[in-house]
Amino acid sequence: MTATPLLSAAALIYRRDLLLAVRHWGQAAQPLMFFAMVTTLFPLALGPNLDDLREIAGGILWVAALLASLIGVELLFRADHADGTLEQMMVSGQPLAMLALAKGAAHWTVCGLPLVLISPLIASGLGVPSAAICTLMLSIGLGTGILSALGAIGSALTLGLRRGSLLLSLLVLPLAMPALIFGARAIDMAIHGESARGPLLLLTAMLMLAVTLAPPAVAAALRISAE
Amino acid sequence: MSWIWFHKLASPPHGYRIAGSLAAWFGWPAFILIIAGLYGGLVLAPADYQQGDAFRIVYVHAPSAWLSMFIYGTMAVAAAVGLVWRIKLAHAVAAASAPVGASFTFLALVTGAIWGKPMWGTWWVWDARLTSELLLLFLYAGVMALRASIDDRDRADRASAVLAIVGIVNLPIIHYSVYWWNTLHQESTLTKIGKPSMAGEMLWPLLVMLLGFTLYYGAVLMVRLRAEILRRERDASWLRTGAGS
Amino acid sequence: MNEFFAMGGYAAFVWPCFLLAAIVLVWNVVAARRLLNAAQNRVLRSIDTGKGRR
Repeated sequence: MTATPLLSAAALIYRRDLLLAVRHWGQAAQPLMFFAMVTTLFPLALGPNLDDLREIAGGILWVAALLASLIGVELLFRADHADGTLEQMMVSGQPLAMLALAKGAAHWTVCGLPLVLISPLIASGLGVPSAAICTLMLSIGLGTGILSALGAIGSALTLGLRRGSLLLSLLVLPLAMPALIFGARAIDMAIHGESARGPLLLLTAMLMLAVTLAPPAVAAALRISAE
Repeated sequence: MSWIWFHKLASPPHGYRIAGSLAAWFGWPAFILIIAGLYGGLVLAPADYQQGDAFRIVYVHAPSAWLSMFIYGTMAVAAAVGLVWRIKLAHAVAAASAPVGASFTFLALVTGAIWGKPMWGTWWVWDARLTSELLLLFLYAGVMALRASIDDRDRADRASAVLAIVGIVNLPIIHYSVYWWNTLHQESTLTKIGKPSMAGEMLWPLLVMLLGFTLYYGAVLMVRLRAEILRRERDASWLRTGAGS
Repeated sequence: MNEFFAMGGYAAFVWPCFLLAAIVLVWNVVAARRLLNAAQNRVLRSIDTGKGRR
């Protein structure tokens, strides 16, 4: 029997996860709903004045996206761990890091991408001008990618633990703060008409770093948690 | 090259004995240095031109901040050694170091905030260094919380090791980001804490305190390490044959 | 002497810092020793109860 080439194995995992998410689309929609609700909290709490909201829109959007990503990431490995699929992946002979990368990519497609797509709608509710929308989507897109990677590490470390989701948030939030700083700043700059290239480039660099370094860390954490 | 000495060091009965003597070798010099540093800083050093006597807080703030980072680094290195070479003693060092490091991070934060009040007028300012220390405290909290949540000691060791390593990789990124973020939002040029131009008589007590604190950590680590070793080796036979007092 | 304690008017800030530092330094030592004592006692107790078996 010939071994499955690595890319096919990865693609298989990716497609499988997407399919599972589509079947349980209610669960997959939770981060999206959370994002919408949290961003609504702020006008309710601070008043409907769009000029005021516009000043802090970048921060609101980013914090909401950050929290929504945390909600989504906890389920990354849980189902597979419960039904034994994870163990199968670990003994499959394929590099676990690549499979983790595939799962992470699927997770972003299901949780992060919808946030990116809905962000223009939410942002206009906070007074963000349409000229800033492109930067906004880029910032949220890069950011949720970073968060998927960091969240995967946290999820792998806390696999199967009681109160794992709370612990997961505590572990991931400090690591996510640099991305938050630059991501929110990028949106802010765009709102004020400045070019946000600096922060966006930094976000891209962070994403590259995350995509390269997180999969091995996730693989190590999975082996530690599942053995 | 014979690595026997290395593996001997890593064997628990040896580690236990050596830690015992090292504790005293670190502890007494630490005590003397700290007393000397306190005297030099509180009594001998002249008051600062800008900050008056308030600058003397640096003699506890700076060593705490230094220790908070040094200990995290030690913890991460020990964690890496434990993961890669599977040396249990290294994991014990990491486990023993975390609470100590967290306590100094806390001390650095509080002394920094107190120092800020007469200088900047408020109890808390989002100064780059203070914010960095706060994030460091969160990182410590994460490592300790993770270790505490896992019952299986082996899994706890290795999981918190991975987290500590992820944390140390992130630390430069966090430092840089927070620094950048702070310069961006700073409205006025504030007197930066810890940067009065240090005359010699102000500087030497600081260096003495830094060294004293570091040796102090060494001593405390040795004591905690012995406790960790005993806890982990509970059923081992070398305990029965009368290991050191 | 009074001048020393007054710390140029900053006494309310300087002394609490040093006091807190002293507390942290003392606490670390006390806690470490307590942990070691507890661990040593546990070992001694287990040796004692084990002696009967030998």
